[in-house]
Amino acid sequence: MVWQNWLLVAILLSSMVPGLIIFSLAESNRGWRTALNILGATVKMILVLVMIVGIYQGRRFAVHLRLLPDIELVLRADPLSALFVALSSLLWLLTTIYAIAYLEDSPNRSHFFGYFSLCVTVTIGIALAGNLLTFLFFFEMLTLTTYPLVIHRGTPEAMAAGRVYLLYTLSGGLLLFFGVAWLHALAGQIDFSRQGVLLPLLAEHRLSLILIFAVLIAGVGVKGALVPLHGWLPRAMVAPAPVSALLHAVAVVKAGAFGIMRIVLDVYGLPLSRELGLLMPLLLLAAITIIHGSLLALGQDNLKRRLAYSTVSQVSYIALGISIGSPLAIMGGMVHLVHQGIMKITLFFCAGNIAETLEIHDISGMNGVGRRMPLTMGAFTLAAMGMIGLPPMAGFVSKWYLGLGAIDQGMEWLIAVLVLSTLLNAAYFLPIIHRAWFKEPAAPWPGTPGPTGFRECHWMLVAPPILTALLSLLVGLLANSGLSPLAWVRFIVATRYGP
Amino acid sequence: MTVSPALIYGLTGLALFVIGLAGLLLCPQLLRKILAVNVMASGVFLFLVTIAHGSGALIDPVPQAMVLTGIVVSVSSTAAALALLCRIRENADRRDPSQQKGGR
Amino acid sequence: MISPSSSWLIWPIIVPLLGAVLCFLAGKPPRRTGLLFAVLTGGASLVLGWQVLARGIESHALGAWRPPLGISLRADGAAALMVTMTAVTGLAVSIYSGGYFQSRLTGDDRDRRRLAQEQYFWPLWLLLWGALNGLFLSGDVFNIYICLELVALSSVGLTALSGKPPSLVAAMRYLLVSLLGSLSFLLGVGFFYKTCSTLELAAIIGALAPTPPMIMALALVSAGLLLKTALFPFHFWLPPAHANALSPVSAILSGLVIKGTWYLFYRFWQEEILLAAVGALPAILGGGAIIWGAFQAFSQQRLKMLVAYSTVAQIGYLFVAFPLLADPAGMGGPALFYFAISHSFAKGAMFLAAGTFLLQMGHDRIDDLAGVRQILPVSSFAFALGGLSLMGLPPSGGFIAKYLYVTTAITQGRWWLALLVVLGSGLTAAYVFRAVAAILSPRLLEERPQLAVAASMQWSALALALMAMLLGIVATLPLALLGVK
Repeated sequence: MVWQNWLLVAILLSSMVPGLIIFSLAESNRGWRTALNILGATVKMILVLVMIVGIYQGRRFAVHLRLLPDIELVLRADPLSALFVALSSLLWLLTTIYAIAYLEDSPNRSHFFGYFSLCVTVTIGIALAGNLLTFLFFFEMLTLTTYPLVIHRGTPEAMAAGRVYLLYTLSGGLLLFFGVAWLHALAGQIDFSRQGVLLPLLAEHRLSLILIFAVLIAGVGVKGALVPLHGWLPRAMVAPAPVSALLHAVAVVKAGAFGIMRIVLDVYGLPLSRELGLLMPLLLLAAITIIHGSLLALGQDNLKRRLAYSTVSQVSYIALGISIGSPLAIMGGMVHLVHQGIMKITLFFCAGNIAETLEIHDISGMNGVGRRMPLTMGAFTLAAMGMIGLPPMAGFVSKWYLGLGAIDQGMEWLIAVLVLSTLLNAAYFLPIIHRAWFKEPAAPWPGTPGPTGFRECHWMLVAPPILTALLSLLVGLLANSGLSPLAWVRFIVATRYGP
Repeated sequence: MTVSPALIYGLTGLALFVIGLAGLLLCPQLLRKILAVNVMASGVFLFLVTIAHGSGALIDPVPQAMVLTGIVVSVSSTAAALALLCRIRENADRRDPSQQKGGR
Repeated sequence: MISPSSSWLIWPIIVPLLGAVLCFLAGKPPRRTGLLFAVLTGGASLVLGWQVLARGIESHALGAWRPPLGISLRADGAAALMVTMTAVTGLAVSIYSGGYFQSRLTGDDRDRRRLAQEQYFWPLWLLLWGALNGLFLSGDVFNIYICLELVALSSVGLTALSGKPPSLVAAMRYLLVSLLGSLSFLLGVGFFYKTCSTLELAAIIGALAPTPPMIMALALVSAGLLLKTALFPFHFWLPPAHANALSPVSAILSGLVIKGTWYLFYRFWQEEILLAAVGALPAILGGGAIIWGAFQAFSQQRLKMLVAYSTVAQIGYLFVAFPLLADPAGMGGPALFYFAISHSFAKGAMFLAAGTFLLQMGHDRIDDLAGVRQILPVSSFAFALGGLSLMGLPPSGGFIAKYLYVTTAITQGRWWLALLVVLGSGLTAAYVFRAVAAILSPRLLEERPQLAVAASMQWSALALALMAMLLGIVATLPLALLGVK
């Protein structure tokens, strides 16, 4: 079936082609740029839906391109990639809408949206990569397409942050490159669809396999912001809000977490990872990252920096779930990929709105913001509650399954980590919410409210966070229905990583 | 061990090559460097001619042909080098006219 | 004689030489003639590549004179690949040059000198192209010597073309180094002839043995070639010569000329007898080049100097992998050639792009280039893509080459080599991003100056950079050609 194979290419092209055309558009050509952005994002959503339905019906999607006698580029859609693809394409659509309004009247927009589209293309490529080399291929490209977005403002601070970002991600890329090549030399091409290929090497190459695992995890861990490799993330916050949203919820950090999933589940496989004793160190690393990130978040006054450290902490739930290794925990970790994305993007949208409209960047200045921007703060509150893990929000579902999985595996002490993390989450989110709703503003707000006295800012800035906030409520409320991410994750685990 | 003329010529050729090399590396003046390269070339040619006489009474024409071609190449590259040298001198003179008389 | 079934072996040599003569005889700047012959040469080279791919090794004795007195030509896969590479880079540079010399005319009294430069550029460039093709296709070592001299003389002429004092001095140094290298090569050829009584390259390589005259011969030939390829520590002459030349000339020198002598070195050194004995020697020098060149490149203030020192470092990669040639799976050769071709395209694109910046801004100080992206978006993009291939990031030929390097090195247990290549990539990234960060910087220019660069310049730079990208995706074709033995 030819169309199935081309579908994957079309999914990539649906954002790449608009991106390339946007590069060539004049700065003033706002209409075309917007139309192309929205068109590309919509087409991608439709194609992704077709793909997901196809996967559910048991169709196979794969494209091969032979590079060298024993090296292939492979795009393949398995249920796990579908999860990541769906998340990326949905959030890309919303972020694009947000960014169009956010960047109104700022310079270099063609440049921005061009790289923005390429960045999503590459993220989708990471999701669809069918073997380790293809994954590396797109993973390295992600660095290159996000760098221009990080330095978009062009200030000395942004350029410095860009340098730090490159230093971290390129070093991580080199590690990953080395690990992939090493594994290739040992075992040939590593395909994600064939599990257990490394098992026969166990007897002879035990040490090599452990070292390669460490190198690979360190390589993807830089983007995944595992402590101590997380240093770039808070500094990259100088980028415009839509970029931060994209970096945290969809592209870079998520790609790192997704990479950890792929390496543990599909390259090594759970049996081998367990046999080599690799899961426990990863588990400890994830647990430390969760607590350490939360503690650091607690100390930040800058809103975006607090959110950044919160990401460091939250994304590690994914690694935590994978490294616990029981089906329920894997479900919890995987579903957090989506849940964290939806919630965190809401928070960044809101932080961007507040900074843009009221020029408030610090939490200490947020007294009474809720009265001036009730919709934005409403969405923020909802998402923050979800992050803390209040039932029935999305975050609760993730934590619930993580906890169940931990008990399954006899690791009751992890419950303590989860509870501590929840307390810390509450400790850094609740004060913000309290300030915004219950404290008097220190001074009258700059600028006048709109004609109705209710208008917060452009509707395209307000609608995306409200949508994602509602979504994070819905995926929690309806977690047991057939259409929720949880149901899909159950499908993944049942078909591929089940006991 | 008898010292054949071929061996003497061959060693002389190599000695010229080394002397030229030393000149090229040690002389600071460009003109001398160019001349040193020519000395080296002569050494190589002498060596090649020796090879032609090396074995038996018959004279091998191939090294002779190589030397002839080599001389042509050497002459043209010397010409190119001298032309380049002239341009460098002109430039230096234009920048610093006081050197015009004494410099050469 | 020219029927499609007969060999096209001689045309990639004859056509550019004929073009060079015609361009030299033309009274005014022979832009059209030059471009025409560039296209013909490129076409003939591509046909030859296709022929070798389809029919296997081509060989031909000129005028039916048999060796040793006649001239024999031979194209195997490796030679045909180099000729094809030269064609692609050469075509891009030629199209660029057309726009370059047009764009430099400003309508004042400096135009006379610029027209004179163009008048000499085309014949010299076509002569160089023909000589390079001759170098790749020659079957005997003495003709190779002649081609080496032709390449050297025309390169020196091109280097001196700008007429500025630094480039004249650099050209002089380049000439002396080249002559030294050629004479060393010739003396080595003498030793070879003395021991083997033949000038045929294949026969000499077949007869390599650890006897004193052979070792002497090989040492002289290798030293000459290393000197001309500017492998560390013989690289001292390269940066000023490459950086101070006119921009299309820089691209030619860095992208093509050093590959000629490297290719010859490869021809001698691919033999296992040599690799087993002293294969580590080029690798050690290459390792030194990678590190020293990268540090020098990073500390440069001028963009073209940075790119030139980057060439010093990248030459290191061309030599560091020589021990890998003894790979039983046979992936060492492909890795090396893949690197050579990718570097030719990427470095060519970077020098061409740097030339557009220099022409537009009037300088190439890296720190003051911010904002150039807005005026020259296409060539800025080309520079970044070229840098991408240099760093070995996907999708690019450089990525494939380094992946092959590292996997082959690990398979052979040469850990130091694998680590060195990875470390070198990091160093490359450092200096490439120093330039790219300035060029892609989003800082806005206060006023938008007049565009001083022809569109053909920007687009030919981009086309060459895209070729380097394409190599990262369509790798099977060049490797199939290389496999013709």
